[in-house]
Amino acid sequence: MGGQAMTLTDQRPASEPRIVYNEGYLDEQTKRAIRRALLKGVAIPGFQVPFASREVPMPRGWGTGGVQVTASIIGPEDLLKVIDQGADDTTNAVSIRQFFERVAGSASTTHTEQATIIQTRHRIPETPLAAGQTIVYQVPIPEPLRFLEPRETETRRLHALEEYGLMYVKLYEDIARYGHIAKTYDYPVRVNGRYIMAPSPIPSFDNPKMHMSPALQLFGAGREKRIYAVPPFTSVESLGFEDHPFEPQSFERPCQICGSEGVYLDEVITDDAGGAMFVCSDTDYCARTSSGTSTEGAPQ
Amino acid sequence: MSQPTAALTPGFAHPVHDAQRTFRAVLEAMARPLTPQPLGVPLTPPAPLTAEAGVVVLTLCDEQTPLWLDEALRGSTEVTTWIRFHTGAPLVDDAAQALFCLASSPHSAPPLDTLNLGTDQEPHHSATVIIEAAEGAEGSCTAAGPGIRESLTWNGAGLPPRFLKDRQRLTEAFPRGVDLLFLTPGAVSGLPRTTRLSLIGDI
Repeated sequence: MGGQAMTLTDQRPASEPRIVYNEGYLDEQTKRAIRRALLKGVAIPGFQVPFASREVPMPRGWGTGGVQVTASIIGPEDLLKVIDQGADDTTNAVSIRQFFERVAGSASTTHTEQATIIQTRHRIPETPLAAGQTIVYQVPIPEPLRFLEPRETETRRLHALEEYGLMYVKLYEDIARYGHIAKTYDYPVRVNGRYIMAPSPIPSFDNPKMHMSPALQLFGAGREKRIYAVPPFTSVESLGFEDHPFEPQSFERPCQICGSEGVYLDEVITDDAGGAMFVCSDTDYCARTSSGTSTEGAPQ
Repeated sequence: MSQPTAALTPGFAHPVHDAQRTFRAVLEAMARPLTPQPLGVPLTPPAPLTAEAGVVVLTLCDEQTPLWLDEALRGSTEVTTWIRFHTGAPLVDDAAQALFCLASSPHSAPPLDTLNLGTDQEPHHSATVIIEAAEGAEGSCTAAGPGIRESLTWNGAGLPPRFLKDRQRLTEAFPRGVDLLFLTPGAVSGLPRTTRLSLIGDI
């Protein structure tokens, strides 16, 4: 067999790769299974649909769920933006973008409002998303109840019975201990008044952007083999109590590069003497605000 | 049983791209209920299977998805041969066992209470029904729910009143339920289980 394969390889022009992947990397059967899971996910907002997660050429935990979702929806007409903590230029974002340029022939962009698909790790862009855009979240732990109830059989039952007392006890304990709800990322939400959902480790600053968003929101957890979704114009309510309502994070200072206020800031260490500056985590927004090409007036 | 192979028309000319484009239309349809999404139909399946139904079946069905066909489609050997050859989907007689049901007219859609609604723990195991829509009474329903900004009016796709009333009642079974896709020439629209219908007047 080896000999025969060698002969076939040798007859090819040297420029042709030895292994040819299907367009979009995943085989068509896998795409169909993921597509069916996506449709059920959209039809049951916030419900985690199990799927047969495949291996993709990156380690589990580096966005394999998001990559599989993107691979199942992307086509040659799409313009893909990939962000990692808001940045277009980090290793993970660059390599996922290049991956799809190679295997799906899709074009890439860093401009939020031009992208048709935005794959994200842990941020929602500052520029408001518009109808017709799809945002794909990379999710490490899709089960919001996982650290409260480790058994999958039990968490499924809790979701089926809409029994979310555990989660409220957890939030209450935070208030009893710290005086406020201490969770600042992956802050649990209730989707369409029914399922409690993990929004992936986005900062709670971004939670309000999910509510009634005109864009389609898809979530992929590769290691945990779950897909879920929030359709456009769907209620996404961050959990809270009447006397201790949800409060998103806020920042008192503006970005030290572009001067924007009301944006999510990263602390960047600038020297060995404890110096630091606070700058926008959304690199596209920051670059364009500081160069004067405002992102205001982007489609709502 | 030998099949007339000469009658077998081709499937997608570009299986990857055609399926991807069709899926995006179906995904948008499900995400924005009752808002028709343009559907490219580069296909000539055997009648009475329409090109719209053909592209959707080729995109979503395979050997893992039991498929139910209405009488008109099941009665055509060309149609069953074409679907079996191109998708490998097992064709089932009992709609309760199907993951996908395909109806060539609103009146041949299977009654919703006979279908697989999934369970409270596994609501995603429910059926998806694909229906060739007909002209309905304009403005006979209003619809609201996820994917719809406020509310919209809908013509009912020519479905019999009993079916619409069954569908209206099924909203209470959430998360169990059935998701519907409607096909019109060159377009697809969706009716996921979350959409709340109110029927206007006595239809």
